[in-house]
Amino acid sequence: MATTKHTLVAIVRDRPGVLNRMVSLFRRRGFNIDSIVVGHSEEPEMSRVTIVVNGSAAMVEQVRKQLDKLVDVVRISDITGENITVRELALVKVKASSGTRSEILEIADIFRANIVDVASDSLTIEVTGDEDKIDSMLKLLRSYGIKEIARTGRVAMVRGTIRVPSQVEGRKKRMI
Amino acid sequence: MKKTGAQIICESLLAEGVEVLFGLPGGSILPFYDTLSQYPQLRHILVRHEQCAAHAADAYARVTGKVGVCVATSGPGATNLVTGIANAHLDSVPIVAITGQVARPFIGKDAFQEIDITGITLPITKHSYLVHDAAELASIIKEAFYIARSGRPGPVLIDVPRDVQLEQVEYVPPGEVNLPGYKVPTRGHPTQLKNAARLINEAQRPLIIAGHGVIISGASEELKKLAETAQVPVITTLLGLGGFPGNHVLNYGMAGMHGTGYANRAIDNADLIVAIGIRFDDRLTGKISAFAPHAKIIHIDLDPAEIGKNVRVDVPIVGDVKVVLEAMLEMIEPREHLEWLRQLEDWRRQHPIEPAREGSGLLPQYVIRQIYEATGGDAIIVTGVGQHQMWTAQHYVFHEPGTFVSSGGLGTMGFGLPAAMGAKVGRPDRTVWLIDGDGSFQMTIQELATLVQDKIAIKIAIMNNGYLGMVRQWQELFHGKRYIATPLSCPDFVKVAEAYCIPGLRVTRREEVSGAIAQAMAYHGPFLISFAVEPEENVFPMVPPGASVAEFIEHPQKEVSVWPRQNTP
Repeated sequence: MATTKHTLVAIVRDRPGVLNRMVSLFRRRGFNIDSIVVGHSEEPEMSRVTIVVNGSAAMVEQVRKQLDKLVDVVRISDITGENITVRELALVKVKASSGTRSEILEIADIFRANIVDVASDSLTIEVTGDEDKIDSMLKLLRSYGIKEIARTGRVAMVRGTIRVPSQVEGRKKRMI
Repeated sequence: MKKTGAQIICESLLAEGVEVLFGLPGGSILPFYDTLSQYPQLRHILVRHEQCAAHAADAYARVTGKVGVCVATSGPGATNLVTGIANAHLDSVPIVAITGQVARPFIGKDAFQEIDITGITLPITKHSYLVHDAAELASIIKEAFYIARSGRPGPVLIDVPRDVQLEQVEYVPPGEVNLPGYKVPTRGHPTQLKNAARLINEAQRPLIIAGHGVIISGASEELKKLAETAQVPVITTLLGLGGFPGNHVLNYGMAGMHGTGYANRAIDNADLIVAIGIRFDDRLTGKISAFAPHAKIIHIDLDPAEIGKNVRVDVPIVGDVKVVLEAMLEMIEPREHLEWLRQLEDWRRQHPIEPAREGSGLLPQYVIRQIYEATGGDAIIVTGVGQHQMWTAQHYVFHEPGTFVSSGGLGTMGFGLPAAMGAKVGRPDRTVWLIDGDGSFQMTIQELATLVQDKIAIKIAIMNNGYLGMVRQWQELFHGKRYIATPLSCPDFVKVAEAYCIPGLRVTRREEVSGAIAQAMAYHGPFLISFAVEPEENVFPMVPPGASVAEFIEHPQKEVSVWPRQNTP
């Protein structure tokens, strides 16, 4: 079965164990989660979880339904096919000598990245964008020697006025 | 008024209408047990192993429609509950498990009898709680019962640290349950209801498969009306037995691996399948790609995650079975499907449920039919797991919901005795027969003591064939008759019963069967009969694993060996 990358967005109650419960449903089916990002949402005591996972559409839909059944998951939606804004943040520590520093700064500039730390032999760059943009920058930086990378994983939001995904209803409509 | 955590648990249980707890005490749950003396309305039944507390609560819930409650201490007490909780999870049975936990300062320090039971049971509970504050107890318990019994029922675990049980807090009765993320769908989508009704009205060879969901939802009457109005034959899953009267003219028995030949042929030939409250388990469907090749499928289930999980569905209806059927009935037109029914009757003649053969030794099928005759189908029948379970499903006729209690999804050997116990405690007015196998029975045999101590008058029929019979059957049919690790050197069950002060009989001949059953039923207390049945009798029909349901094999009329079996390796 063809697998594709899916982005699931969930609003969950801020309770101990909620992540554990969610992740367990993926683990059980042998999914490897590409990234999972958790943070506060616009609602008090609710967190927003963004999960990126590779799988067949049917399998991901089955997991989404199972996730939706969790008592602490308020709503969850697979926004893969939607018109979405996707962002990730990365911190990259690159080797930099006096000879290469200006070249690296130029690359950072092209990617509208910020220099957040400078040391005698390295630069730390902060970059945001979708995964492709970050991958491209990393590719260019690799020849200088990358010492460390920290990536946040994907956060995503549907464009326009639609708020997240109370897509239980949306789903039902699509099924009919 | 100030109350201790333990008192709040008891108050909350009473508020939920709880009358019975099954459990076994230990250090971490002791403050709770200590409080029970102040609440004589709560009957506590002391089991001999915590697994049995969970099974008893499970069966109690199945026969009463209430939430079953089991209690255990931390560590090994809690882990012993796991199998019972998993069983309830797979069969969608509402139970609440209360476990003691080490005191809060010791949590996470590998203290004596500390185990992360909420973590362990995470995938097998509908929800679970670790209580950090006695002030939360009342609302947690209310929520737990609500979650256990609403929607698709299931087990909920509440882990209560010892010091939380002792903590004194102001007791405030809980308010309304507020769970923003918890959805309980009720009515199906109107368009889908219309689509379903149209398919039913147009079908030539329609077939209803009724499952546990019909019983849970209390939709037997609606199912009957639907079947009769549209003249649709009904087959059931294992746990669907009793959801549609066994002697109804439209009942064609149980389908699946050990289902009737005619039910399975009906699946194979139907042009419409109305699946009601079932989850298309592999034991029902056989080879999934060959399941119901000519049929459109309407699937009615409360749980949206069940729709399309195993089979493609043409009309999905997410909703409570009873509500959905009620709505659908208004759109169903009276129909006749005489040709289709005639076809089914032909199959019934060609593939009869194998009668108890003459001339051989004591056959388990015969014993089960005799229990049916003696009870008139008016008993609650509980089984373990294995051949005896399938023979019971095939040969006992279940007339009403809640009269067949069995471990379906998990297939838990050892479920029988504690479940029969729980069923009898829940329905003391009913005769409860446990039909068990010698292998299954020995897994929880210690509960004989509970029967005596708590005066639980169940009747026990052991189909004693000296084997782990179902496994042996697979070895015979698919593993070249290599009976590895299946012969059982059994104890003398009658003597075992006697040691527990339970009278018993050993039956080896057909002529003795009905007399022994009558004697058991006439006795005022628990009674055990060990039936020395044909050791190598098989359950037929059987759909071989991996085959389509149409490819069932029937009894090959093989020579059976004679009791007692000769060479045990």
